[in-house]
Amino acid sequence: MSGSYYIPHETKWPFLSTVALIILFVGLSNYLNDESDLTLMFTGLALLMVMIYGWFSYVIKESESGIYNAQVDMSFRWGMAWFIFSEVMFFAAFFGALYYARELSLPWLGGDGAKVSTNIVLWPQFENVWPSNGPANYGGDFIHMKAGGIPALNTLILLTSGLTVTWAHHGLKEAKRNQLILGLIATVLLGFIFVGFQAYEYMHAYSDLNLKLTTGIYGSTFYMLTGFHGFHVTLGAIMLTVILFRCINGHFTNQNHFGFEAVAWYWHFVDVVWLGLFVFVYWL
Amino acid sequence: MSANLEHAEHHQPSGIMRWITTTNHKDIGTLYLFFSLLMFFIGGLMALVIRAELFEPGLQLVVPGFFNQMTTMHALIMIFGAVMPAFVGLANWQVPLMIGAPDMALPRLNNWSFWILPFAFTMMISTLFFEGGGPAAGWTLYPPLSLQGGNSMPFVIFSIHLLGLSSILGAINIIATILNMRAPGMTLMKMPMFVWTWLITAFLLIAAMPVLAGAITMLLTDRFFGTSFFTASGGGDPVLFQHIFWFFGHPEVYILILPAFGIISTILPTFSRKPLFGYDSMVYATASIALLSFIVWAHHMFTVGMPLAGELFFMFATMLIAVPTGVKVFNWVATMWRGSMTFETPMLFSIAFIVLFTIGGLSGLMLAIVPADFQYHDTYFVVAHFHYVLVPGAIFAIIAAVYYWLPKWTGKMYDEFLGKIHFWLTTIFVNVTFFPMHFVGLAGMPRRIPDYAVQFTDFNAIASVGAFGFGFAQVLFLYILYKALKDDVTVGEKAWDGAQGLEWTLSSPPPYHSFETPPKVE
Repeated sequence: MSGSYYIPHETKWPFLSTVALIILFVGLSNYLNDESDLTLMFTGLALLMVMIYGWFSYVIKESESGIYNAQVDMSFRWGMAWFIFSEVMFFAAFFGALYYARELSLPWLGGDGAKVSTNIVLWPQFENVWPSNGPANYGGDFIHMKAGGIPALNTLILLTSGLTVTWAHHGLKEAKRNQLILGLIATVLLGFIFVGFQAYEYMHAYSDLNLKLTTGIYGSTFYMLTGFHGFHVTLGAIMLTVILFRCINGHFTNQNHFGFEAVAWYWHFVDVVWLGLFVFVYWL
Repeated sequence: MSANLEHAEHHQPSGIMRWITTTNHKDIGTLYLFFSLLMFFIGGLMALVIRAELFEPGLQLVVPGFFNQMTTMHALIMIFGAVMPAFVGLANWQVPLMIGAPDMALPRLNNWSFWILPFAFTMMISTLFFEGGGPAAGWTLYPPLSLQGGNSMPFVIFSIHLLGLSSILGAINIIATILNMRAPGMTLMKMPMFVWTWLITAFLLIAAMPVLAGAITMLLTDRFFGTSFFTASGGGDPVLFQHIFWFFGHPEVYILILPAFGIISTILPTFSRKPLFGYDSMVYATASIALLSFIVWAHHMFTVGMPLAGELFFMFATMLIAVPTGVKVFNWVATMWRGSMTFETPMLFSIAFIVLFTIGGLSGLMLAIVPADFQYHDTYFVVAHFHYVLVPGAIFAIIAAVYYWLPKWTGKMYDEFLGKIHFWLTTIFVNVTFFPMHFVGLAGMPRRIPDYAVQFTDFNAIASVGAFGFGFAQVLFLYILYKALKDDVTVGEKAWDGAQGLEWTLSSPPPYHSFETPPKVE
């Protein structure tokens, strides 16, 4: 049993992926330093896409040829679970920044607790009210994003997509092919609708609310949290699309479908992060 | 054995392509260890630039800007380039051997986590040759200073992102290996201590590295995209960076020492010819240290003006860590108690580890006391403290591990006499280097400054002599490794008569795929 653990042959994908990553980051650094345009970065990005495509297709081919046994499957599960945990910790850093700004740094700037002199000496006119762009009114007056409307709708969309992906999973497990594919199509569509609404919300914020990335700490936390989340939703939706095509091509069996489950886990993870965002960024 | 394994062996390429494309845990472990050795010498040379400049007061050799780049890069290279990769290399070699697995759980990912390192470090070190130089705000990258760096800044930040990616992937792989690849019968509480400490370290890595990624991403957007995370006038706070950074930074400290604990807990029983004293309590102590490491971070920032309640909480939480650490030190001493001890090189390094790491631990306890820390903060006392836990702590453990397992890895034995010379030179010079730093620190000499007041001269001169002595002693280490590989002093399966564990049941060197048929553990 354990003796047949699959050890892959030599591989070129990781090394080439690293080369692509380095090209991407050197290009981006040069762009940020005003040394060049984004050509190099996009070259790296394109290479990275090729590498990811190549690497994943290879693994999918191996998986479909049936060389992965139950123990390999379990390694993948542990790997994905801990990867998602690392993502949770990444978001935790930004939620921590939001908490710190709202509960500590802004009250202190407003003269709370032992920090009376901070307020008196630096910004005596500043009062701590959330949302705030700081005592220097960074980015000018703005209107904050309300929880009702698009964010509430988006909450509904993501929660529904969590249900549809579970429905699809049941379809897979019970070998109901139509339920599987319909469920996945619905999930992918809901995912991209979410991203579309989010993009619309950003345009609305920039053009109508004067709420920008540069709008002090509120703008910073708002865009970084929702932005990274939106990026993860986009990734998740792309991953779901891949899974959809794999299902259409007849991949996975009702016993053996780790790829599907990994993406479903990931999708639930972005769902849960969104609930945190909805409560702490939009609502409270 | 399955057909897949045979298939894999037939296709093994040779030359450089073997190393670029390898998925084998031993090859990758070797790559990690050689890379770490290279970084150890590069980072060491930077330390010697620092010590040469500090040999006497005044500015002699380098300009202050370059001095700051040296302190920053020395730290980044030693932490992310020397110590962490050395531990991952040891894990790659040893974990599958110790738990009876054929290889790591995710071999391709393993290749990726290694190959990110040389690229990321090339990117980071290349900034030293930029106009305006490399990063100079210290490895902690505190804003607002770090935001004022030159063109090096995005390069350094992205290289740290890549190093974090490498660490997370490596840690995921190690956890998956330990949880999923153990031989039948090897329950968690039968695992060797080294495996246990790495399991806990991997958890710390996965929990802490993404937080660092978040912190430096905020630095990047503050600098280039106009966010105000660390700008008070925008409602942020530079101290926020310190909180997020040290939420990563303190677990990172234990990432740098827990595998060392595992190594020492492996070597001491071998040369004391007794089982490890208090195995269960060792496991629980390690886990307690890891959990506590998440609630002590602000002891790095007692002087930034936190509320009193915060200072008290972090002071007491920090002092609590002395309890499980004390358990470990006690167990090590009790392991040696009434053992039939012999003093081969790995054992010598391990005993020195216990003594000198404990000195570093105790000075840490002094630093944990808030009112005392107000005096010690940012002085050479802090430098002395963390070098005592990192050099005769982490580095000694790594050197001990290399001497201990080299016969297993290569089938060759090192020269014991030269090994002992290496040990004594290293141990004497490490103390000559770092002990005087306690004194100048208590007397008020600030860290990260290229010049100092004349009353600190004598101890600084002594420390500089010690540093060069330490550096040359490590050249001897290189020679010992070279000689061991060149000479033909071969060893059998069990290089040390007191050694326990599955790795000693395999040939030396072990077969390419370690345990193709899993052993049965009673």
